[in-house]
Amino acid sequence: MRREFIIAVRAMIVTAIAFGLIYPLAITGIGQVIFPGKANGSLIKRDGVVVGSALIGQQFYEDVIGANGKVEMSKGTPVTQPDPKYFQTRPSGTVPADNAEASSFANYGPNSTVTLAALQANVTTYLCMNASVPFATCDSKGFNKADTLYDPHVTSAAQVPVDAADTSASGVDPDISVANAKIQAYRVAAVRHLSLATVDRLVSQNTTARSLDFLGEPGVDVLELNLALDRISNGSK
Amino acid sequence: MTVNGWLQIIVFCLVLIGLSPLVGGYMAKVYTDQRVFLSPILAGPERFFYRLMGVDRAREQNWKQYAKSLIFFSLAGWLFLYLVLRTQTIQPWNNYGGVTFHSAPWDVTFNTVSSFMTNTNWQYYGGETTMTYFSQMVGLTVQNFASAAVGIVVAIALIRGIANRTSSSLGNFYVDFVRTVLYVLLPISVISALVLISQGSIQNISHYVSVHGISGLVQTIAMGPVASQEAIKMLGTNGGGFFNVNSAHPFENPNGFTNFYEMFIVLIIPASLVWTYGRMVGSRRQAVAVFAAMFVMFFGAVTVAYAAEANGSPAQHAAGLHTQVIADSTGGNLEGKEQRFGIAGSALFDVVTTVTSCGAVNSSIESYTGLGGAVPFANLSASEVIFGGVGTGLYSILLYVILAVFLGGLMVGRTPEYLGKKIEAREIKLVALGLLITPLSALFSTALATASAAGRASISSVAAGGPQGFSETFYAYLSQANNNGSAFAGYTGFVQPNAGNVGSHGITFADILGGCTAMFARYAPILFALAVGGALAGKRVSPAGLGTMRTDNTTFVVLLIGVIILVGALTFFPALLLGPIVQALTGHLYN
Repeated sequence: MRREFIIAVRAMIVTAIAFGLIYPLAITGIGQVIFPGKANGSLIKRDGVVVGSALIGQQFYEDVIGANGKVEMSKGTPVTQPDPKYFQTRPSGTVPADNAEASSFANYGPNSTVTLAALQANVTTYLCMNASVPFATCDSKGFNKADTLYDPHVTSAAQVPVDAADTSASGVDPDISVANAKIQAYRVAAVRHLSLATVDRLVSQNTTARSLDFLGEPGVDVLELNLALDRISNGSK
Repeated sequence: MTVNGWLQIIVFCLVLIGLSPLVGGYMAKVYTDQRVFLSPILAGPERFFYRLMGVDRAREQNWKQYAKSLIFFSLAGWLFLYLVLRTQTIQPWNNYGGVTFHSAPWDVTFNTVSSFMTNTNWQYYGGETTMTYFSQMVGLTVQNFASAAVGIVVAIALIRGIANRTSSSLGNFYVDFVRTVLYVLLPISVISALVLISQGSIQNISHYVSVHGISGLVQTIAMGPVASQEAIKMLGTNGGGFFNVNSAHPFENPNGFTNFYEMFIVLIIPASLVWTYGRMVGSRRQAVAVFAAMFVMFFGAVTVAYAAEANGSPAQHAAGLHTQVIADSTGGNLEGKEQRFGIAGSALFDVVTTVTSCGAVNSSIESYTGLGGAVPFANLSASEVIFGGVGTGLYSILLYVILAVFLGGLMVGRTPEYLGKKIEAREIKLVALGLLITPLSALFSTALATASAAGRASISSVAAGGPQGFSETFYAYLSQANNNGSAFAGYTGFVQPNAGNVGSHGITFADILGGCTAMFARYAPILFALAVGGALAGKRVSPAGLGTMRTDNTTFVVLLIGVIILVGALTFFPALLLGPIVQALTGHLYN
């Protein structure tokens, strides 16, 4: 018994050193030498400042300006809303949205009224930002006024691409579908006073095809697309 | 469903069918002590391992000695991992997320340790909010290797029992273990980790990065030695994610190619072991029969899951969404799925990781449709024999094969024989016990958790109304009993208050019941499988005659599939009716 246990402990320690230290540290060393950018998170810099990771979704928000011309505050923090001049990522299940230090699923069940409510909220937000018909409930949020009608094809939930309504798995999904980007392009072009063709061109330039042309689905990397937009237009309204 | 989606699925199957015989042949050489192309590099380290461990490589073990070594090694592993996970505050590489990670409380740690040691990798914690890099590497990565190797060596020992005609030896546990980790797991892990890094999976020991987003919001991005753990997590059918959202996280699974690659390394060892088996018992046809039975069930599961998810969910339809495929959009139930994987890439991944005991997820199983969610249920109900976990899949299906031989023998009125060895009362008793332990523990724990207030406390308060709450509970214990580890992830219970660790979220009842379920349903079948190997080893082989029932033709494949489905269905059907099947049959939404 005792001899058996001693062998077991020795075997465990040898295994731990070989596969818990030597293996991962060797891989780290090799990875850092061969693929330093990727091994460190595919970070993107603009003007010397790291603005995000190409693989991690982030929020593109602006402060809400109240009727008095000042930033609206709630409990000491500014109230924010999606910034219409940027493409928006998918709904996220993390708290706050796109939290990259504590990922989590939303865990919405398929037959749940909670899921339905979440989908309806996401659909409303999306229609307010992108639809070609005015929604009275949206005016207070400051976008989709009757004079800025966006994609003419989008008038109801039926035209909202599923990726814009359904919560992502990771909560930090960096991509949106091409259909979703093409709809948002109307809004971004209008807000930035760019031609739709220009914005559509940027969308296609920032679309990642399927791997090897058949694995996975094409997606538009939202951060890279927004950075490309900022390079050609300062985004002022 | 799309043409492209089916193309992914079919290419995946072809690659698996094409490459598994090669890897299987390689593994047969490894376990029959032959030279392989890696021998010049690894023979030295192998001898060094034996010396450091104090192992006499020439010593042969009968089934009891083999089992004893395995149990003691697992015990040492359990204690070691518990020690690592409970000493986080004094570990190096802590405080990389801006706060010092305390250890998770004892009950969550009990669950985690029991879970990782048994290749289950159920997680009542979020990786990036709970574990130091030291715990991830020296604690969890190590058990990813060790628990996978333990599963494989049991299958090898059972094969030797079936093949061995002259002695009662099943080999030597430590020799099999060392050869598994060095010749099989390590080389594929190294290559896979580098492949993953090349695609964007991270591998560093850096502080979490704070970035200033382009609209001024600060975002902190978790870092860590991810790729090295991801590789063995998939290859060893472990499935415990570095991050809370597992393989849905872009740093674990950055694109469509890595998704395909990760699915491939999940199945490669379980599929190859079938061919290893064929080589070691000297019957390729026997391997073809077992592989065919597995593959038919696998392909059926993929078809159902893909069709169900492509169809969309009742909640989506109630919200007015159109879920058919349109230009430039995946359509379908994309709730809890990532854009880059789409419906086919998520459904296939889900099936691959639930037929095996992997349990990694790249999408939220809780958000699957009723029918789509019934597929992982069915896969688990088949006791992980559709390829199954590394090693566990093969030894479990071999028990089913023996059972099918016995039933077939009863039907034709002959003494059942398998590969020339008589199947007698002792073997059948051991086989029946070995096969019934897992369903029994799954149902017992589910009943206990459903019937008690302490158990029901784990049910998610959000979005789990109606049958979904029962599905969560049932899945949790079915998953832990089958050492799978995937979850209807809403099943957690509240965040432990004042535990000094924000990421752990199990409650004591669920932690202990789950940990005990995983251990019992792991080690009892292992002992029965080794005992069956011991009972068959050294048995005389009688030549096949006209009356011998053939076990390598289509009839037998159908019989085997029938036995597996019957045992699984009869055991679990009543419980399945209460959860996923109800949901699949209704468009009703529950509060």
